[in-house]
Amino acid sequence: MAAEPLVAASAADAPFSVSARPVLSLRGIVKSFPGVKALQGVELDLYPGQVTALIGENGAGKSTLVKLLTGVYQPDAGEIRIEGRAARFPTAAAAAAEGVTAIHQETVLFDELSVAENIFLGHAPLNRFGLIDWPRMRREAREILARIGAALDPNAALKDLGIASKHLVAIARALSVEARVVIMDEPTAALSHKEIGELYELVERLKAQGKAILFISHKFDEIFRIADRYAVFRDGGMVGAGLMSEIDERRLVEMMVGRAMDSIFPVRTPQIGEEILSVSGYSHPTEFADVSFTLRRGEILGFYGLVGAGRSELMQALFGISRPSAGICRIAGEERSPRSPAEAVEAGLVYAPEDRGLQGAVRALPIFQNLTLPSLGRLSRAGLLRKAEEFALTRHYAERLDLRAASLDQPLGLLSGGNQQKVVIGKWLATQPKIIILDEPTKGVDVGSKAAVHEFMAELAAEGLAVIMVSSEIPEILGMSDRVIVMREGRMVGEYPRAGLTPEILVRAAAGIGVGIGAGGDS
Amino acid sequence: MSALLKRREFLLFLAILLLILLVRARFPSFGSPANLAAIFNDSAILIILALGQMAVILTRCVDLSVAANLALTGMATAMLNAALPGIPVGLLLLFAAGMGMALGAFNGILVWKLALPSIVVTLGTMTIYRGSIFLLSGGAWVNAHQMSPAFKAFPREVVLGLPVLSWIAIAVIAVFVLLIGRTGLGRAFHAVGGDEHAAVYTGISVGRTRFWAFTINGGLAGVCGYLWVSRYAVAYTEVAQGFELDVIAACVIGGISIAGGMGTVAGALLGAFFLGAIKNALPVAGISPFWQMAISGAAILLAVAFNARAERRKGRIILKSAQSAAPVIRSSGAAS
Repeated sequence: MAAEPLVAASAADAPFSVSARPVLSLRGIVKSFPGVKALQGVELDLYPGQVTALIGENGAGKSTLVKLLTGVYQPDAGEIRIEGRAARFPTAAAAAAEGVTAIHQETVLFDELSVAENIFLGHAPLNRFGLIDWPRMRREAREILARIGAALDPNAALKDLGIASKHLVAIARALSVEARVVIMDEPTAALSHKEIGELYELVERLKAQGKAILFISHKFDEIFRIADRYAVFRDGGMVGAGLMSEIDERRLVEMMVGRAMDSIFPVRTPQIGEEILSVSGYSHPTEFADVSFTLRRGEILGFYGLVGAGRSELMQALFGISRPSAGICRIAGEERSPRSPAEAVEAGLVYAPEDRGLQGAVRALPIFQNLTLPSLGRLSRAGLLRKAEEFALTRHYAERLDLRAASLDQPLGLLSGGNQQKVVIGKWLATQPKIIILDEPTKGVDVGSKAAVHEFMAELAAEGLAVIMVSSEIPEILGMSDRVIVMREGRMVGEYPRAGLTPEILVRAAAGIGVGIGAGGDS
Repeated sequence: MSALLKRREFLLFLAILLLILLVRARFPSFGSPANLAAIFNDSAILIILALGQMAVILTRCVDLSVAANLALTGMATAMLNAALPGIPVGLLLLFAAGMGMALGAFNGILVWKLALPSIVVTLGTMTIYRGSIFLLSGGAWVNAHQMSPAFKAFPREVVLGLPVLSWIAIAVIAVFVLLIGRTGLGRAFHAVGGDEHAAVYTGISVGRTRFWAFTINGGLAGVCGYLWVSRYAVAYTEVAQGFELDVIAACVIGGISIAGGMGTVAGALLGAFFLGAIKNALPVAGISPFWQMAISGAAILLAVAFNARAERRKGRIILKSAQSAAPVIRSSGAAS
């Protein structure tokens, strides 16, 4: 564990060199599960001191590849080469011993343990009695944390840290083995803008230290910002790879989806109708204060802000999950501030939450039961449900949303993320709402489904539904909204018509005017 | 056929059939229609309670106080009958149901309004209800001679070839088929147990749903209280002591997931009938009651092992082509 000091790796080492030999190569990797080929003939090279972006729709096989590289799965055919010689990763420990380490999408850490214990769990340094050498473990933990520029106390309990700090611990853990290859699986998905900036700096440091980095991401702006190379997966195979400097976003998207996409967002001519929702002075003791806005039929109102700006909390209050301490909400002219989700649904306001897995749907229930869950009253006669009508309703929305499922009887949990999201949206549409709030509707959804969700959102607005879209992705906000409200630290800091709105305006408003935010999502 | 074999209700049905055939091979009187009807009648109370408990377990709760509720309501009903023999049985039945519902609703309120874990709440109320029997009766028994003839005769009266006790169980089964499968409340039981957060975000009140599960279960326990004391023509403090465990066992054997959200009426019914059949078959075969307990216990463990297998996470669908073709693609169980 020679903690190589940061300064040693200077620009003079010129780590960025196209002709460098790959540190890790995959040749003809095949992996099948019963009845399914998850990976077929994958070829991939990772170079020292370079970031390779792995791009593909959800389900393209990226996660399977990560599991092969970290010893969780074994390839059925093909070869993994480390610096030219064939290697095998029968276990996670074997992969770590070869210097391949991963920072997973959902960080696997232990809340009750300290930072140092989390970093060294499973490979803690031992003293000569075979017991854990605590002083050495703390010292080494401190060194690793310093190497990634994290100001964390190794003795702090993990549960006291915020998400971003936990992420740093996960990264430190990955680097606590002598890593040559670092895999980052959607590392920015849970981070706010500032934290993402810090992560980019960290990636730069790792590059400077000569690590080969495999960076999995859905966000094009970040890929273009930090990656040197790309590899595109589609349906379990690699469809393209090369240097980032020789490709543009449009061609990458084409490769991913296997078809040309003229524009990512649907073209709309909004038909804005009468006012349907008016919120004034909405406040909450701890989460948001003094929020006032209106919404019209046929309008898509975007809510932009950093993660933690209070947008979701505001929406939850409007939906009756939490109670505002002050403020009035008028729906279709009538004053009604929903005190429970049931009241909100009755008033015609519905909410598709951000965390689909936890809040949006019951994964064990069949698709049709999920879809009809809020509409059961309407589907009953004399207190008894009519299955035929339930299926008819579900089929209607399944067709409208182009749902891909083997049958409507299937448990929802078996569907892909995008298709689950379609069911959640369908379930609310079935209640025939006046207002629908979509909270991060395309988060973690593959590009194809994303376009379908956007398309559908446009259709809903065209039919006169009023849509509120909470999103942290600037392209989505700009591509879909008629009007944008920006929130920061629980307050509205700006309201902008779509015309003339630029990413810079949004980023500056969300981060607080005057704060130099540098290159954000504008590439 | 293979789909049918995968349904645990069907497997349980086969297990019961096998049990009956095995015992019948040596004791031909066992398993005759009349004998089966007798087993059903003996299991009726267990079946009714298992269905009520199923509603509670579906919402990811458990009610340990059912047997104490049954005993307390049974004692109160028997004392009422002893004191005022003129009250018609119909009214007593309503009284028992109402009192049981009130006791169940008390559990429900605590779980709902104080958001306490049900296992702790019902452990407490179980002790309270059981203790209240002693307070109510002063430890005295209500014996057969103190009960009115109509009171004792009602569950045994034969209508269309079956005793009223069996008919009540059949009625409860029928109501539950509709309640669980065809009402919003039944769907809410599944939703709340399946994913509490998602239920909240769908506009379902988790607390209220659980309240109703406990209340319904309590009402059934109350009815069973009357049925128990009248059938055995005696009421005392220890009536049905420990019976809540039989009830939960019946649910588990019937495949009602303790983790909530999964289970069927047929499962609970067959689970209860299976336990009833074992209890009837073993004495016929001359096996000691201690073996009965061991066999019941083994059945529970088997059922739990089976449940764990059935609930193991199914693999994700990865390939586009597979998404529209095969409904379930099992990835290797190694997914971590």
